[in-house]
Amino acid sequence: MKESVVSAKKPIKTVIGPIHPALKEPIKFIFEIDGEKVIKVDLAPGHNHRGLEWMATRRNAVQTLYVSERICGICSISHSIAYCRAIEQAADIEVPVRADYLRTIFAEMERIHSHLLWAGVAALELGFDTLFYKAWEVREDLMDLLEYLTGNRVNYGVLQIGGVRRDITPDQHARINKSLLNYTILFDELYDMFLEDTVLRMRCRDTGVLTPEDALKLCTVGPVIRASGIATDVRQDFPYCAYGDLDIKAITPEALAGEVHGDVFDRIIVRLLEVKQSIEIIQQSMKKMPIGPLTNFPKLMVLLNHIKQAEGEGIGRHEAPRGEVFHYIRLAANQESPLVWKVKASTYSNAMSWVKMLEGEQIADIPIIVASVDPCISCTDRVAMVDKGRTSIFTQDDLRRLSRKKTERIRQGLK
Amino acid sequence: MFRLPMVPRVLKQLFNKPATNPFPARHLPKSITRFLEKVAAGKAELVLPLEVPEGFRGKIGYNPEGCTACSLCARVCPANAIEVNREEKTVTVYAGHCIQCGQCTEVCPKNNLFMTKEFLTATTDRYSEEMVLT
Ligand code: SF4
Ligand code: SF4
Repeated sequence: MKESVVSAKKPIKTVIGPIHPALKEPIKFIFEIDGEKVIKVDLAPGHNHRGLEWMATRRNAVQTLYVSERICGICSISHSIAYCRAIEQAADIEVPVRADYLRTIFAEMERIHSHLLWAGVAALELGFDTLFYKAWEVREDLMDLLEYLTGNRVNYGVLQIGGVRRDITPDQHARINKSLLNYTILFDELYDMFLEDTVLRMRCRDTGVLTPEDALKLCTVGPVIRASGIATDVRQDFPYCAYGDLDIKAITPEALAGEVHGDVFDRIIVRLLEVKQSIEIIQQSMKKMPIGPLTNFPKLMVLLNHIKQAEGEGIGRHEAPRGEVFHYIRLAANQESPLVWKVKASTYSNAMSWVKMLEGEQIADIPIIVASVDPCISCTDRVAMVDKGRTSIFTQDDLRRLSRKKTERIRQGLK
Repeated sequence: MFRLPMVPRVLKQLFNKPATNPFPARHLPKSITRFLEKVAAGKAELVLPLEVPEGFRGKIGYNPEGCTACSLCARVCPANAIEVNREEKTVTVYAGHCIQCGQCTEVCPKNNLFMTKEFLTATTDRYSEEMVLT
């Protein structure tokens, strides 16, 4: 008996995951807990590596486009925009202006849908089921709208290298405008329920704080860094698609509260305001969108041959709902499939911020703090270390050796 | 000030109609198979799924007439769901592998491939007759 009393004073190590009912995706958390307080956090991703980049090396560029869509079920447009832009840069392909606007519209619709999904999940974690249903009701309508415009509810398949596959015709404007108006009204309701609710505010204020310094040091992206008061947004800083023509400013919680806490509540504020911003971007784009072709390569085989001839490298960045996604492509002449395709999903940059956010918090706050980053673990997993069926830990030297070997392989391939 | 803006919403919601279409029945039947038997016998009513919009990408359709086995479709299919036998000039489309992207329907010079509006394709056998199109 005596022993257990002594050991109770030491922090207890608890492992949650990789597969756990509280987690929606596979990741392993190792907590050191003292009473109700989290002392130390460690995390171990890497349980859902799907080998997508490898698949790309066995497919041509058009086929890979659909693989890129499937990196994430929610940011599917985001990844394909980044992928297309990388290929377009590598193969010197121009995108018509109308296609750029359409990409922007679809991307912003995706942002609304993703943020509302997140708002619902956050409400559910906190125990506000009404809010969860409300947020998802709005999101449901948006998914119907996306289905109406693209033909699919998820993984829309609407982008193409060098343009887009589907147009928004004038007779579709009425339905879009009606839905957007509807969202504005519903948004006001959601806004009231999220930001004016005293209980919700007390629950989320000063929980899971990430200071601006830490946010910068850890290279966080998207709403997480903006909620810490740093106004960075790829759409604003490095405009692409139609974002350069539109009026876009990175949203920080200062806009509403006049102060920055960098806590869960600020992350709610930023995401909600971004929903509003996205509605406005879509409205602006619909007005400004010029008439014109959807792609400069109406014939796919011409496009494929063009990419086959091309040689070079390209990068594509896009501000996905969760933060910047980054794609790197290397094309070799006379080869249909890309030589290298490297993807960095937004959660990859955000994952380490959990450590700072969770340390010193209560166990009961773990779910909402974890959710407040809006993690997408499966998109993040880029490597899985398996050696003859055993997983093992690779040291930095091992990794460097492997990395150099790969560079050598690519160099050989280029000759 | 203490505010709970959610309360009126909860009260309102109590009287709202559910937003979801109660497919296939208003209340989940104990056994779907038995329920479907009942529907066939005319003893129960099926709640139909909602209409899908124009341009919806459902199950892939293939019409062999006039197909030249040019294999353009197989070249762009991301799921490798199309098999072309050039010697026998036959094409096999595995709908169970198809991800319904519609890319093949856009490259086919003869318009032999098309997207249908069918979406209830769940099956235990990917290679059953209706899932392999020739
Ligand atoms: S692209 Fe059309 S014509 Fe050519 S093989 Fe496929 S189905 Fe047949
Ligand atoms: S719809 Fe897409 S996945 Fe399906 S057969 Fe055609 S190209 Fe392949």
